[in-house]
Amino acid sequence: MATEFAFPDATAKNATGEFETEKMSLSMGPSHPSTHGVLRVQMELDGEVVIKADPIIGYLHRGDEKIAENMTYNQFVPYTDRLDYLAPLANNMAYAIAVEKLAKLEVPERCQAIRVITAEMARISAHLLGLGAFGIDTGAWTVFMYSFTEREKLYKLFEELTGARFTTSYTRIGGVARDVPDGWTDRVNAFCDQFLPILEEILSLLTRNKIFMDRTVGIGVISKEDAIAYGLTGPNLRGSGVAADLRKDRPYSGYEKYEFDVPVGTTGDSYDRYLVRGEEMRQSVRIIKQAIKSFPGGDWYAKDARKIFAPPKDKILTSMEELIQNFMIVTEGPQMPAGEVYFEAENPKGTLGFYIVSKGGGVPYRLKIRAPSFCNLSILSKVCTGVMISDVVSILGSLDFVMGECDR
Amino acid sequence: MSATTTADITAQIQQQFPQATPRASLDHPALDVPAGDVLAVLKTLRDTHGYDMLVDVTAIDWAEGANPRFTAVYHLYSTTSHNYVRIATACTGDDSAPVAPSATSLWPAADWHERETYDMFGIRFEGHPDLRRILMWEGYPYHPLRKEFPLAGIETELPDPEVAAATKVQVKPAPMAGGPFVASSGEINLTEAEPRAKDESWNEANEKPGA
Repeated sequence: MATEFAFPDATAKNATGEFETEKMSLSMGPSHPSTHGVLRVQMELDGEVVIKADPIIGYLHRGDEKIAENMTYNQFVPYTDRLDYLAPLANNMAYAIAVEKLAKLEVPERCQAIRVITAEMARISAHLLGLGAFGIDTGAWTVFMYSFTEREKLYKLFEELTGARFTTSYTRIGGVARDVPDGWTDRVNAFCDQFLPILEEILSLLTRNKIFMDRTVGIGVISKEDAIAYGLTGPNLRGSGVAADLRKDRPYSGYEKYEFDVPVGTTGDSYDRYLVRGEEMRQSVRIIKQAIKSFPGGDWYAKDARKIFAPPKDKILTSMEELIQNFMIVTEGPQMPAGEVYFEAENPKGTLGFYIVSKGGGVPYRLKIRAPSFCNLSILSKVCTGVMISDVVSILGSLDFVMGECDR
Repeated sequence: MSATTTADITAQIQQQFPQATPRASLDHPALDVPAGDVLAVLKTLRDTHGYDMLVDVTAIDWAEGANPRFTAVYHLYSTTSHNYVRIATACTGDDSAPVAPSATSLWPAADWHERETYDMFGIRFEGHPDLRRILMWEGYPYHPLRKEFPLAGIETELPDPEVAAATKVQVKPAPMAGGPFVASSGEINLTEAEPRAKDESWNEANEKPGA
């Protein structure tokens, strides 16, 4: 006797073709909680399955590259805050090192150590937000509360160091804006000590969370080859199993002195990208602690760079020579040789690159910003094709992009 | 796939492509390649020398009257030998519609980078499957990173023609245009860079005289 019925295949992942439905086009964003800013994803849907996704960007385009061509090198530092506005200190550092490469300027060890500490603090702060927002996207609200409490503590430390909580503008070409305050490194150390157990707690809210795993494991898989071909960098590339980290591969600012591991994922899904970010925070704490332990004394700016770094304020007010020097740097900008450089730094979101074309003088002729979020987002239409709408939210959260940097 | 050291990559490429000439660079090895050979050079770098990642595609505008006016620049990175290489090519075509070869057939990463370069400079990438604007809106009439485009911007219609027609609202130039310390690229005239030398009687409420 032949069976006259058949159950639908419950294991089928992709429901396309099961029902003949009318295709629907849906615009997600530009103002949508899961797009983390102003990203719009124009989707074509078959039921709940995405058959085409086209990210539309540019809502936050401010023309940073045009602006850079019209001001001196130091004047552009505040604009770098507004690229990846979750980690301004790391952007400041990447930009300063790029210009210093152009000037062939070495900064003293103390300055390098300060920059490393601040960049790693910025990484922790950016990843905390990334995890918190990812948690919200996948239905775990609590993580956000915990991670924001920790970010607040970091902000206090940023404020003490730079005078600003968010837009720090801390580096200068050839140094930093000011030396660290007395006892600041001890307070950073104390933060690290109390942060580690809390980080374990935060991660334990997600790592073996059934709902979180259901929404991330096996979702948004990016293969190693695709990740490289699309120019993905940072945790998104490492989540796909490529152990590429510029801090290890092309050490800058003295990263070669510190011991740390580069976590890599195995399958390249949303869950792996989450795991990589979680582990990176532990490694950042490791780096900060080493940097503080071996915190060098001495100068915190390049002293011999007379045409690049402004003299101390007390000297400007009392000595003619320094006054003229300061005036020239403020009005004409730090003097750079002609030439081209391209420098990339390992930022929280990936590698932030600056391509500077100089014709000499204090203003760049062309400054191109290679934004990691821009490249990381370019794979979105590939990853989102054939997934459910709810998975798009999970994928967006796991890619952890910042539109300020993507749109520039 | 063999990793090549930085020192000999330019020599090796030149051996294979005698048309390529070394390009002045302060850091990474760089080559000037004629537009017709760019794809072959990029492919060789990717397949034979291990430069597996296209990190950036951009362009430089050498300003009106320069020849060539536009240079397209490709940055490659090797995830195995951890080196960069820069390939530059002079764009062909006239100033209003320069042309450069598209690397989309080699790396999907080129897609967005080339769309951005097209958007900002108006450079057409030959072979790009979907060359449309990416940061500015569809129908925007200018290419803002060209040197003749003013920093302040130019008054244009809103992205949505229907909204623009109904509201008669225009996208206005930035109010700070020509303001203090807005220096020009290349050279600065100190007298002009000095804020007091400028007429500051105008602001957002009162239009700049003669603007």
